[in-house]
Amino acid sequence: MTMVSFIVNSKPVTLETDLSRRLLDVLRDDLGLTGTKEGCGEGECGACQVYLDGDLVNSCMVPMANVIGKSVLTIEGFSETEAYRQIEAAYIEEGAVQCGYCIPGMVMATGALLRSNPHPDLEAIKDGLSGNICRCTGYQTIFKAVERASKEEVKK
Amino acid sequence: MKITDVVNRVDTQEKIRGAAQYIEDIPFDNLHYARTLRSTLPKGKILKVAYPRGFPGITVVDAGDILARNEVSMVTTDMPIFADGEVNYVGEAIALIVGRDKDEIIAFMKGIEVTYDPGTPLFTCDDAEENLFTRRHYSKGDLASLEGLEVFEGRYRTPYQEQLYMEKQGVVAEVKEGVVEIFGSMQCPYYVVNALKNALDYPEEKIRVVQTVTGGAFGGKEDYPSIMACQTALAALKIKAPVQLVYDRREDIQFTTKRHPSDITIKSYYREGRIEGMKIDVGIDAGPYLGLSDVVLQRAILTMTGAYGVPHLEVSGTVYKTNNIFNGAFRGFGGPQSLFALESHMSQLAARLGVDPLDFREKHFVHQGELTSTGGRFHEEIHLEEMTRILKEMSGYPHLARDGRGRLVGYGVAVVPHGGGFTGDGEAEHIKAVVKLRKDTEQFIHILVSNVEMGQGALTALSKIVASALDVPMERIIYKNPDTRLVPDSGPTAASRTTMVVGRLLYDAALKMKDALEEREEVVVTEHYHQPAYLAWDQENLRGNAYLSYSWAALLARVEVDPVTLEVTCTDIHGVYDVGLPIDEKMLLGQVHGGVIQGLGYGMMETMDSKEGLIQHNSFSSYAVPTTEDIPAIHTRWLINPYIEGPFGAKAAGELTLVGVAPAIATAVADALGREIYEIPVLPEKLLKVVKS
Repeated sequence: MTMVSFIVNSKPVTLETDLSRRLLDVLRDDLGLTGTKEGCGEGECGACQVYLDGDLVNSCMVPMANVIGKSVLTIEGFSETEAYRQIEAAYIEEGAVQCGYCIPGMVMATGALLRSNPHPDLEAIKDGLSGNICRCTGYQTIFKAVERASKEEVKK
Repeated sequence: MKITDVVNRVDTQEKIRGAAQYIEDIPFDNLHYARTLRSTLPKGKILKVAYPRGFPGITVVDAGDILARNEVSMVTTDMPIFADGEVNYVGEAIALIVGRDKDEIIAFMKGIEVTYDPGTPLFTCDDAEENLFTRRHYSKGDLASLEGLEVFEGRYRTPYQEQLYMEKQGVVAEVKEGVVEIFGSMQCPYYVVNALKNALDYPEEKIRVVQTVTGGAFGGKEDYPSIMACQTALAALKIKAPVQLVYDRREDIQFTTKRHPSDITIKSYYREGRIEGMKIDVGIDAGPYLGLSDVVLQRAILTMTGAYGVPHLEVSGTVYKTNNIFNGAFRGFGGPQSLFALESHMSQLAARLGVDPLDFREKHFVHQGELTSTGGRFHEEIHLEEMTRILKEMSGYPHLARDGRGRLVGYGVAVVPHGGGFTGDGEAEHIKAVVKLRKDTEQFIHILVSNVEMGQGALTALSKIVASALDVPMERIIYKNPDTRLVPDSGPTAASRTTMVVGRLLYDAALKMKDALEEREEVVVTEHYHQPAYLAWDQENLRGNAYLSYSWAALLARVEVDPVTLEVTCTDIHGVYDVGLPIDEKMLLGQVHGGVIQGLGYGMMETMDSKEGLIQHNSFSSYAVPTTEDIPAIHTRWLINPYIEGPFGAKAAGELTLVGVAPAIATAVADALGREIYEIPVLPEKLLKVVKS
């Protein structure tokens, strides 16, 4: 067990943990941030995606040793941002959510995509979300939601 | 509000924000975790289970802890809660290992040694006596009279399909003041109640089942949660603390129910370009326990003539008992297997006769007033010709472009039904749905039913029906995840029945409540299901109206096949759907897209093999389902055909969207290659054999 310090959703956190523990477990079990979901535990489905120093990562594949001193943003933190509000409105409007289990990860991936490419075409949207599995929607409404979010003016 | 008003789903925002609590997200005091000790043999006697010493925090719960009956009561009771002396499939539960610390549980499990006396397992579906569960048969006309006609026979095979709901199976059991409480991800809370009553010999007052936000199910959470509930209830009673059982993904894929693999033979007798008779034989692999399999077989054989009138018929079906994984419900419930076989057969025979596959189908379409394959009558309007016309119009059929810039282009069609609600008189004889509407003193209207939101949109659809029937805003409707202490048994969330059957009962209840809407005191209206008088069913002989009503789909798929690698890309799916009156187009489009893509996975991607009874594809990387990169353009049109018994004219929709997709894609690939295809999925390695044959 080691004391580690990092930032979660803009707040500093210090806790004692095994360095080989998964970031996903620390978020869910130690910090109660259950918006991040475990779909597979193998980095294949994207349900556990968060930002680590701004990069989109599968938190099930990140050992705590790689989190020391870094900044983590989860869906709970991202949902406080303006960028999120546009995405949320677009997902609601397009009916892009069914069971919802993949959606927090999908929204994190959408945010990352729109940050790197504010106006993606359909191919870029498909590429940007290719690490996120959804079994309900057939993705069509999600594509439309991303497109809609990219067209909304950013409200400052 | 009016039913035509556009609404947003009521459950979206909390799901997007990550605030919706699925079973694994809910905190419980003193929560203990469980993992399942599973058989590693497909068949054998358990001689000894040796547990390691020195783990004071661990409790073992097994067949020795059974309270009343070691049975998981579903349709049958042949499955044990825990293996008792023998195992019948790889992965069968021998015990739950329960503790506070997950690492300690895993360490304990590493030290367990199970000694078996291996038996002789059955992995294939042969007609040996010990290999048979049930056989079903029905006939029409006189097939023997067709001796001498030309015949075309085909044998079709379909594989396992895994539901792969994104939220894995999970329940928590807790005992509070003598009441066993189950919280979990499930489709059918009262199935769980009934299984617990049987297993524990408890009265219903001592059982409470609460559905938690459910992250997809597709049939996979119809029967399976009953097993986990019985196991964890026994564990919670033993250790006197709440017990959580959540599978990890590999465990969930390998050891929970799948779509039944099938082997179907169709022999058509035809004359002057028309099929006069069919001899059909359907075989499905149940695994070692019957569970829902006989019900799946019935839907499979009752769907076998699809959208067509065939004058002379012999249809038989067999559920085989094997030591493979046991199978259960999956969206379509026998229909996808039958319709892959039938629709492939129709296109193959059309091609052999040198006629257009849609024109050939049209010659055989059923019509209102005609008799069904089981001697019932099609009471509703049927518009298959109009649906085909729309399909042709929207796709440009038959002038379809063949230029694939070096890739082979093919087109395939399918015209399919899906019967809404339970088969035969199941709704009236077995389900007997009861719904309640309650208006409280603050003028909120509560929907009290046991049907669940699992992603399909039940919360929104049923709320919209009630709000529209009462002409009040949606905000006045309260519909929470069912808690069996509070809601009556309105039946399972299955068989595309929630909107059509339960929605209609709520509609009727709402009309009765309407006059009392302005009263200040509480008002409760209860409605019971009654089968329409014009329907009759003889379960013994499978005669009469097999379904309450039929929904229909006409599909056209366009594919491109790489001539060198034989990789298939589906570029377009055109679909015309008759789901009665679509009561919420936005949500129905979601059902269409999702069903089409699950059907696409079934037809061209999802491959799952079993070796010595063990599923070999057990992760997202080995069991590949469609990702964003596999998605064709999906073009959808509705054929508006209100159903007199449905709420605002709505019929079944959820399963219809899946059942015809695989044959449309497979026949499109056959068209591109100029070959016949008898097996899905159409993966390159399988197509290589097709091309070489």
